[in-house]
Amino acid sequence: MDAIILQILNGLDKGSAYALIALGLTLIFGTLGVVNFAHGALFMIGAFCSVTLSKLLNLSFETVDPTQKDFLGNPLKVKTPYVESWFGPEVGATIIDWSVPLAILFAIPIMLVIGYVMERGLIKHFYKRPHADQILVTFGLAIVLQEIVKFYFGANPIQTPAPDALSGVANLGGALGLQIAYPIWRLVYIGFSLLLIFGAFAFLQFTTFGMVVRAGMADRETVQLLGIDIDRRFTIMFGLAAAIAGLAGVMYGPINAPNYHMGMDFLVLSFVVVVVGGMGSLPGAVLAGFLLGILEAFASTTWATTTIPGINQIIIYLVAIIVLLTRPRGLMGKKGVMED
Amino acid sequence: MTKPTLSRRGVLKTGAAAGVGLALPTYLSAASHSGFTNAPQGDTVTLGFNVPQSGPYADEGADELRAYQLAVEHLNGEGDGGMMNTFSSQVLEGNGIMGKKVEYVTGDTQTKSDAARASAKSMIEKDGAVMITGGSSSGVAIAVQGLCQEAGVIFMSGLTHSNDTTGKDKKANGFRHFFNGYMSGAALAPVLAAQYGEDRKAYHLTADYTWGWTQQESIAAATEALGWTTVENVLTPLAATDFSSYIAPVLNSGADVLVLNHYGGNMVNSLTNAVQFGLREKMVDGKQFEIVVPLFSRLMARGAGENVKGILGSTNWHWSLQDEASQAFVKSFGTKYGFPPSQAAHTCYVQTLLYADAVARAGSFNPCAVVEALEGFEFDGLGNGPTLYRAEDHQCFKDVLVVRGKENPTSEFDLLEVVEVTPRAQVEYAPDHPMFAGGNLGQCNPGA
Repeated sequence: MDAIILQILNGLDKGSAYALIALGLTLIFGTLGVVNFAHGALFMIGAFCSVTLSKLLNLSFETVDPTQKDFLGNPLKVKTPYVESWFGPEVGATIIDWSVPLAILFAIPIMLVIGYVMERGLIKHFYKRPHADQILVTFGLAIVLQEIVKFYFGANPIQTPAPDALSGVANLGGALGLQIAYPIWRLVYIGFSLLLIFGAFAFLQFTTFGMVVRAGMADRETVQLLGIDIDRRFTIMFGLAAAIAGLAGVMYGPINAPNYHMGMDFLVLSFVVVVVGGMGSLPGAVLAGFLLGILEAFASTTWATTTIPGINQIIIYLVAIIVLLTRPRGLMGKKGVMED
Repeated sequence: MTKPTLSRRGVLKTGAAAGVGLALPTYLSAASHSGFTNAPQGDTVTLGFNVPQSGPYADEGADELRAYQLAVEHLNGEGDGGMMNTFSSQVLEGNGIMGKKVEYVTGDTQTKSDAARASAKSMIEKDGAVMITGGSSSGVAIAVQGLCQEAGVIFMSGLTHSNDTTGKDKKANGFRHFFNGYMSGAALAPVLAAQYGEDRKAYHLTADYTWGWTQQESIAAATEALGWTTVENVLTPLAATDFSSYIAPVLNSGADVLVLNHYGGNMVNSLTNAVQFGLREKMVDGKQFEIVVPLFSRLMARGAGENVKGILGSTNWHWSLQDEASQAFVKSFGTKYGFPPSQAAHTCYVQTLLYADAVARAGSFNPCAVVEALEGFEFDGLGNGPTLYRAEDHQCFKDVLVVRGKENPTSEFDLLEVVEVTPRAQVEYAPDHPMFAGGNLGQCNPGA
């Protein structure tokens, strides 16, 4: 029982990341009709926003302490972060400790701008080209972004720890007499993802802007005939999708230390998620994200891997094949998407 | 104006040289001029440094390359000479190798066997490299070693820890200075038993490729011999990044030790996940739960941050060693680059000196002469104490370091502390040990 609940939680937190990336992918596909293979790179850039902020907060000045020696026997240069000298050691240390949550504020404008520039600068020119061209150009872009990040941050993962207050383990099963210890930050991540997903849906459902975008997704030409500049709104949606992917990346940092190829690790799976959920269906993307996350978690348990060796690595693709055979449009896909 | 003169000394020298030439076995004297792949022409010799410059081990590759550049400087008589001054064999004079200035070319292994073979092939065929060295993965080392054997050049492997490199995949043209999985097990197990008790149940997570398999086998065998039981061994895909679904089953498995047979990004992530799940604070039947990382690297310890504190593992070399040779190397490297060298840098630097020294002692770049010079070579003064390059399998035998993640680091480099220097006798094994059986060195291949 404990093990089952643990794996469900594991599935939910991995599923949260899949769902958030797939949501962004679907938004872009649904609005602009572009298959964006650079979306994983946006997730990775989000995580590196948090790395950058933590580096900025840790910018230090050096003072030479003659009483201590460095590894070569020279006097040790002691580093003190500017933040600590400006705000006092305690406040400064707290700010540095909370750098990941703070990075959310830092990442939103950056991701919006990156999304906007990407769409206006490159992807715009590929709307009328075949999907294969779009895939190639966005995949190329992903590789370029990845290499840029590697050039500046190196190939090894960089730790972005959660704040001390949120980095322990929560004992969830205490009241029920079960032994379920789960990292607090992963619970925070699940909660944050749900919040972001509901926020995105509410934005589309309850604002005028969202209504126009939904109308545009359903029938772009008619909306344009009504005199609405739908392209501009779609560009904003691209920025928004980039921001969602970026935030998913920021918050994922404390779970797995960011490295330059983390985007690629998630990208392929997220595409499978989109296909299983149904191309163009937002609820489908979210549902499939959580579903596949949970399935993957269960497939990695010892009894699963001993029953069917290697099942943990193929389960998602296996499910994708079964879903596509039985429901070719995916779980919640609608007729007419990508079928012209 | 000078006129040709015949001096007594000149006549003697010429006579002696001619005598030696006649006395040498014909294959050797012929080969020392030509008759082997990429015989150096003119007054330079080219070495090929095949390191991961991209991909997940790129940072280690960068450190290896720094070490190679330093070694080339020292061989050519620039810089402070580093470990050339402490090396027991004092044949190298700082005038290149046998008077030929050392030049180098580099290749990118990308930590992929096929890419590594391609870059090694190009360095041999296009750039005329007479020796290939480097790498940070056993998969790559075994692939490139096979290629060098076929091409007829010497392969001095970089960081490779699988038993197979000098076990079932050993080759006459290949040499490994780095230690291996068996040695890690033999060094680590007694320390583990002493620190954590002999009644322990271990759960292994293992990277699913040659290195992971042989290390897991070695650690399990060594710990079981001291009374531990192995509850479970789960193979994890090399591409895995989130290990939470592998860690969660550990919690209720009854195990009280988790052994992570992971390296690089895998190790950083699995260790981070294990710590997140509270394994370090966990108690099982009144015993403190422990995590072990058998192959530790400082570069990776940096990646894992706080999580490495208190965790035991083994390493080939560490910059904080106080012997004269290690200090000379750290000083030389640290002065040039501003930070201490990694174990990968150390092994690569040492391999380059060992190759150059073997050539100088053999008096030839011919791979077969170099193999003969390295086989059974005993040396000291390269940072690991007295060391033997065993003739039977081309594996170096030397002391092994058991290290622990430091609780209170004084600097960003001060991440590991040496718990024990395990003496060489304790990590030695017979060449036909079952974990290394099945291979055949074959004959040295001088190539063309």
